[in-house]
Amino acid sequence: MTTTAIIATGVANTASVAAALRRVGLDPRVTADPSQVESADLAVLPGVGSFGVGMAMLSQTRNDRVVVERINAGRPLLAVCLGMQLFGTCSDESPGVAGLSVVPNPVTAFPEGVRTPQFGWNRVVRVDDARFTEGYAYFANSFRFTKAPEGWEVAAADHGGKFIAAMQRGHTLACQFHPELSGAWGLGLLRNWVERCGVKTKETAPC
Amino acid sequence: MLTKRIIPCLDVKDGRVVKGVKFQGLRDAGDPVERAAEYERQGADELVILDVSATPEGRANAVETVAAVRSVLSIPLTVGGGVRKFEDAERLLAAGADKVGINTAAVDRPELLTELSERVGRQCVVLSLDAARHKGRDGWGIVTKSGTERKHMEAPDWAAEAERRGAGEILLTSWDRDGTREGYDTELIAAVSAQCGIPIIASGGGNGAHHMTEAFAAGADAVLAASIFHDGDTTVGVIKAKLAAEGVEVRT
Repeated sequence: MTTTAIIATGVANTASVAAALRRVGLDPRVTADPSQVESADLAVLPGVGSFGVGMAMLSQTRNDRVVVERINAGRPLLAVCLGMQLFGTCSDESPGVAGLSVVPNPVTAFPEGVRTPQFGWNRVVRVDDARFTEGYAYFANSFRFTKAPEGWEVAAADHGGKFIAAMQRGHTLACQFHPELSGAWGLGLLRNWVERCGVKTKETAPC
Repeated sequence: MLTKRIIPCLDVKDGRVVKGVKFQGLRDAGDPVERAAEYERQGADELVILDVSATPEGRANAVETVAAVRSVLSIPLTVGGGVRKFEDAERLLAAGADKVGINTAAVDRPELLTELSERVGRQCVVLSLDAARHKGRDGWGIVTKSGTERKHMEAPDWAAEAERRGAGEILLTSWDRDGTREGYDTELIAAVSAQCGIPIIASGGGNGAHHMTEAFAAGADAVLAASIFHDGDTTVGVIKAKLAAEGVEVRT
């Protein structure tokens, strides 16, 4: 039986991501226990209230180290929205707070004059020959990466200029958008990630 | 570039979808789970559920309805109606809502918007603003408690204050147009849009793609519609095809 851990953040709404994972055949559990997050076949770092709160939560529960180890080892990890931003060095949202620094880039605010938060569906396109299926994704964010980290496959979108919509390396998939809220396209993306991690999904498993 | 959003709205009472003009003469309009799944299939960009129950039992049903809808829905879900305090919002978010709409409670106690945005994030907080034209002079006031009370506040000013206090989006309903099918109040949309940096969902009076194009041109980022979809007069897909033909960028 495949185990899937959604890292508890205290404030994040995990019902939608849990529902989407169930629809692709997984049985996710929400947990803050680092040993469970470490041992799970698949782990999910969902969006949380703010960059500062998210980092505080990860370090209090000692999940910061577990998440970094999973990423560096290429073990299955899905990061959503703020979960992806935590990969960075810092964020305009919470000045003075250090991120996980898995990628050497800062997270910055959208430029002045652009509707913020970015709420809604935006077109996601692959950068270079990255393995991403292009389509419309649902975003709800005020901050983002603008620079692609080296060694990651990247997809981009445009909101007052190009920004990083998703990135993947090994079995780590990080999305600035919400795949769990991005309709059939988002479910397809989740299903691809799960299968790339060597787990059979509902649609393909024999009944 | 962000696409313009089409958002069907389900008014839910005691676990059933209902419809009526200005909450009068409610009629049954089906099962919320079936409706929600059907609208996602048609290409809806989000879904709004407004709980119009008047009793505690009805409110409890609404939480069950949200959970049942979430289990089939892969697009964002906003739930409003009867959210008075943080715990009400928390219950709906835990059941599977992605955003909560707050109306009367925010007018009575604007700090609620700040408390919510600090604890769950601005992206979860939608100010539901019911506006009505002043009688005998220009501008719009605010109505609360399902239209039974009028407040001495200017709608655009209240929208701007709500943004400062932590609202992430505004669901702007024209009380004059709601249920009339005469088109959105584009002057109201433009007036609020001029004072707000956060997205605006226009509601009240939409009866087809041409009305929606007008609302987008006036400054709306999304449009809400209920009866035109519930009655089967048209589908989200048909509306989107017409909008695309009129040059509006939509998700297809």
